Amino acid sequence: MCGRTNDRAFAAARHPQGYIDTSYRDRMVTALYARAEAIASRVVKKNASGFFALEERLDAIVTSRVWGYPIMLALLAFVFWLTLKGANYPSGILANLFFAFQDVLSAFFYHLGAPDWLHGIVVAGMYRTLAWVVAVMLPPMAIFFPLFTLLEDLGYLPRIAFNLDSFFKKAGAHGKQALTMCMGFGCNAAGVVGCRIIDSPRERLLAVLTNNFSPCNGRFPTLIALSGIFMGGFLTTWSGTMLAVLTVTAIIGVGILLMFFTTWFLSRTVLKGEPSFFILELPPYRPPQVLRVIVRSLLDRTIYVLARAVLVAAPAGAFTWVLANLRLSEGTIIDHLACIFQPIGKMMGLDGYILLAFILGLPANEIVLPILLMSYLSAGMLMEVDGLRALGEILMDKGWTLVTAINFMLFSLLHWPCGTTLLTIYKETKNWKWPLLAAAVPTVIGFALCFLVKLLAGLMGIMAAG
Amino acid sequence: MGAVTSLSDLKPGSTGEVVSLQAWGLTRRRLMDLGLVPGTRVVALRRSPSGDPTAFFIRGAAIALRREESRQVLVRPV
Repeated sequence: MCGRTNDRAFAAARHPQGYIDTSYRDRMVTALYARAEAIASRVVKKNASGFFALEERLDAIVTSRVWGYPIMLALLAFVFWLTLKGANYPSGILANLFFAFQDVLSAFFYHLGAPDWLHGIVVAGMYRTLAWVVAVMLPPMAIFFPLFTLLEDLGYLPRIAFNLDSFFKKAGAHGKQALTMCMGFGCNAAGVVGCRIIDSPRERLLAVLTNNFSPCNGRFPTLIALSGIFMGGFLTTWSGTMLAVLTVTAIIGVGILLMFFTTWFLSRTVLKGEPSFFILELPPYRPPQVLRVIVRSLLDRTIYVLARAVLVAAPAGAFTWVLANLRLSEGTIIDHLACIFQPIGKMMGLDGYILLAFILGLPANEIVLPILLMSYLSAGMLMEVDGLRALGEILMDKGWTLVTAINFMLFSLLHWPCGTTLLTIYKETKNWKWPLLAAAVPTVIGFALCFLVKLLAGLMGIMAAG
Repeated sequence: MGAVTSLSDLKPGSTGEVVSLQAWGLTRRRLMDLGLVPGTRVVALRRSPSGDPTAFFIRGAAIALRREESRQVLVRPV
């Protein structure tokens, strides 16, 4: 294959000091590389500037000792800010559209003389939940996803892994977990599949089990809406918006810290082992094809959200409507169920309805809030929630305080992954032990943290009153 | 030509020529797969803000290696 060049290449590689290892494999690899280099140098033209171009300067900034971490944080906050500001307006438009059409639907049912229960299941249950999910969830996703894809396309994500590797190493994991963590912000099921990029089975499992600490697109809009209402003064002022952005960034920060802590804990208990071999390529930056990315991910997200809304949200909406409207003696089924969870909910600074909504929301995180609204509102009708103010009024009417909002956000970050993610974890690991663990770990932490926040708030209240 | 040192001790911005690999088994194979064979020139680019890993320019690609791995590559500063 290499002919006579082989010996010559080998001679060239041989050192007078005789450092070279003379095993057969080494000789072969050395010869192959020498040969490849010889061929490449004949046919490949290189830019004279080599790699000391703009790339180098960019890398020097984004991985600098001073600016590396602040830039990552600032980028994160900037993406949230754009999502927050940008999603508010189209959400309102979509909501108005959907609810206008609902009146048409209702009139149509009335005209046909359809029974009340049918109208309830189809319009009040299915259609409203679907409309809510699309109106509230689609805009943030449609903004967040393209932005994220742009960063991916640019080649910035491997730099994040480069910056964070030593922290992952301390936690006993692989730096590439930074990448799967970032993928998790889009969708945890996708993040879990993405963990295949990690070669060592132990480190892959660590990444799989802790992916849920990245709040996915199904939970993001919920976090954004609640921080907009309770911290951001309905996002009407500049300072309010900033506070909302800070809140969301802080929640993400808590998630990342807990992800490190859990990874560290697991790698010293259930998943003991040595760090494996680490190689990370920092690919050249590419100017992202902005328009193509935006169009493609917009379409992707839209189709994805619509598909989930039809397949998951609509049936769940119908089911919840039935639960909220079937009366058993004193109250509806939802009331009875919520009663069961009330004590434990109260202990966590939440209530029975909220816990129930999280449980019923197992198929998809997007539907937790609409289910909660449906079960809150009398006769199980999802009201016209046009914008944050109306949503805020409903929640405060049900006795929500700042503590309720904070704990709801924390529990949204820290509870079991959605059904799709759990199934994906099973498919990736072929063992039900792992999805169960992936569900148990964040839930336990969530319970503990909510309890702690409520306790602290209570103490502060006593101090303030005293 | 200076004294032989390891890749992990190469100061960012400086170049070294691979002399030998002090690794065996799978690690050795992986390092060789990157093209780290005797005679290869490697430039240390920069360290991560936390000090480890370090990015190296190896045969036209920027590759980050942890200290554990780069320690096992002996180089002669050029």
